[in-house]
Amino acid sequence: MLGKGLLNGLAETARNFLGSYVSKDRLTTVQFPEERVPPIEAARNFPFLIYDGESRQQGLRCVSCLICEKECPPKCIFIEKSQDKKPDASGKPQFYPAVFNIDVSVCMSCQICVEVCPFDAIKMDVAFELSTDNRFDGLLWNKEQLSKPNEYYRAIHPTEAAAVDAQLAESRAKMEAKSKSAAEARSGDAASPQMQSVSGATEK
Amino acid sequence: MSETIDQIFVILKDWIMGNVSAGMRPIFSALLSVVPVLVVFPLLFAFTTVLERKGLGRIQNRYGPNRTGPYGFFQPLADAVKSLTKEDIVPRAADQVVHFLAPLLLVSAVFLGYAVLPVGRNMVVADLNAGVLFFFAVGSLVELAVFMAGWSSRNKYSLLGAMRAIAQMISYEVPLVLASIVAIMAAGSLSTVSIVRAQAGYTGIWPHWFVLTPWGFAGFVLFMIAATAESNRSPFDLPEGESEIIAGYYIEYSGFKFALFFLGEYLGMFATSAMAITLFLGGWAAPFSFLTWVPSYFWFFAKLLTMIAGFIWIRGTLPRLRMDQLMNFAWRFMLPMTLFNIFIAGVWHFMPAGFSRWFVCAILVAAPCILLSRGLKQEKKLQVRTYRFAE
Repeated sequence: MLGKGLLNGLAETARNFLGSYVSKDRLTTVQFPEERVPPIEAARNFPFLIYDGESRQQGLRCVSCLICEKECPPKCIFIEKSQDKKPDASGKPQFYPAVFNIDVSVCMSCQICVEVCPFDAIKMDVAFELSTDNRFDGLLWNKEQLSKPNEYYRAIHPTEAAAVDAQLAESRAKMEAKSKSAAEARSGDAASPQMQSVSGATEK
Repeated sequence: MSETIDQIFVILKDWIMGNVSAGMRPIFSALLSVVPVLVVFPLLFAFTTVLERKGLGRIQNRYGPNRTGPYGFFQPLADAVKSLTKEDIVPRAADQVVHFLAPLLLVSAVFLGYAVLPVGRNMVVADLNAGVLFFFAVGSLVELAVFMAGWSSRNKYSLLGAMRAIAQMISYEVPLVLASIVAIMAAGSLSTVSIVRAQAGYTGIWPHWFVLTPWGFAGFVLFMIAATAESNRSPFDLPEGESEIIAGYYIEYSGFKFALFFLGEYLGMFATSAMAITLFLGGWAAPFSFLTWVPSYFWFFAKLLTMIAGFIWIRGTLPRLRMDQLMNFAWRFMLPMTLFNIFIAGVWHFMPAGFSRWFVCAILVAAPCILLSRGLKQEKKLQVRTYRFAE
C-alpha cells in the first residue's frame, strides 16, 4: 500500500521531535560560548615558543637556528637572528631570535616546525579564539605574543610535555657531567686515563 | 459579546469608513482591506521561518536557532537586517530588467491570491463569484515569475532549475485544480465565501466539513500533495535541489531579491494551505459546535498554523524525489486519482444518505488508490548502461 513507509517515517521524526524535549541525552549539541568540551590532548592549531623559568627573554629556548623558517611549507615564519649571544636557560651562551614572527593567517597548522626543532623550542598551541579586527597586523604575531611558559605546555599537552622535559633533563645532566669531567680533566694534568675514556663515551 | 469580538475588525473598518468623506471611501476601503493582508502574512512568514528552523532542528535532535532574543525568536529580525544589508549582485550577462522584475512578479502574484481567501466571518478582501478560478489563475503567474528568474539569470543551473520548476508546477497544477473540483461540485459555487457557507452547520458536535467525507478526505490529501509540489516544498523541492543544481532558479539572486523569493515561496505555501482550509476544512468555522464562541479568525489561523506544522513535519521527514518519480507520481497516480474522486463525489451526491453511501464511497476511494499505487511500484526494467569512454 502506498504511504505506509511515509507514515513510518513521520512517526520516527515525531518521536525525535518530542523526544528532544523530554530527554536531554538526545541533544548532543555543545552550546559553545557557555559550555565547552573538555580539552583534547591531541588538539593542535598554531605554534608557540616555549620559555623556561620566569623571564620571557632569558628563558626562550629558541636559539634562532632558522630550521623552522626554512622548513615551513607556507613560509609563515620570519626570524631575525641576533648579533650577540646570551645565556639560555641552562646557562650556555646562545644566539637568540631578535625578531620571531608567525603570520597565523598563513599558517596551515602542519606541525612541521615542531617536528624539525632540535631544541624543543616551538610547540603547537590549542588556543582557537583568535579573531581580531585587523586581518594584517592582528594576525601577525611577534615574539612577545608567541612566547609562553613551559608550565602552559605541560597544562595543554601533559604526556608530550613530560617526555620532552625528561629528555631535556637527561641531556642537561649529560652536559653537566661532561662539563664537570672536562673541568676535572683540565684542572689536574695527572688525570686518570679511565676518566677520559668515560667522558669520551658520553660524548659519543 | 463574542459576536462583537468576532466582528471587531469588520466593525472597526465600518467605523473608519463612516468617518471619511464619500470621495475617499473607495481608496480607504481598499487600503483597509489590503494593508492587513500585507502586514499579517509576511509577519506570519517571519514567524514560520524561525518555527521551521526550530522544528527541523528538534526533528534532527538539535536546538535550532536559540541565540537571537528569547529562545531565538528574534532570528527573523536578524535575517531581515542581513538580507537588507547584503550586496545585491546582478550577473553582467543577465537580462537586467527581467532579473529585477521576476521576484516582484512572484510576490505580487502570490499576494493577489489572498484577495479571495476568507480569513474570518465577513472578512474577505473581495468576494468574487469565481473566486477559486481567480485563485488558480493568479497562482499560475508564479510559474511565469519562476521562469523569468531562471531565464534572465543566464546561468545553466538556474535555467535547469526553472525548467524543472515549470515541469513540476504545470504537472501538479492539473491534480491541484481537479482535486478542488469536488468541493466546488458539493458547494455548487466557485465563490470561496459560498464554499465556506456550504460547510457551515453541525450534526451533533461534528461539523459538515468536506474533509469528513470519503471523497473530501481523498480530495484533501490529493490537494495537499499537489500544493506541496506547487509551492516547491520538500519532498518536491527539485527545482532548488542543492545537491544537483545548487539553488535552482534563484541561484543568481542575492540580498533582498533572494529574500523576496523566499517570501514568495512561503506566502504561496500559506495561500494554498488557506485554500485547502477554505475548500475542505470549513474555512473559519469552529471544529466543534461547542467552540463556536471562539472568534472565526482565530480558527482560520489555528488551522493555517496546523497546516504549516504539517508542512514542516513532512519536510523534516521525507527525502527529495527523483525527477521521473515526481512525474510518474503526478501523471500515473495523482491525475487518475483526482478524476476518480470527482466520480466518487458524484456517486455520493446521488446516493441516499446513510451508511451504504459511506461504505460504497470508502471502497471506491480505497480500491483505485491501492491499484494505482501497485502500478506505481512496478519498477521499470532499465537496461544496464555501458560507458564507452569512462571505463
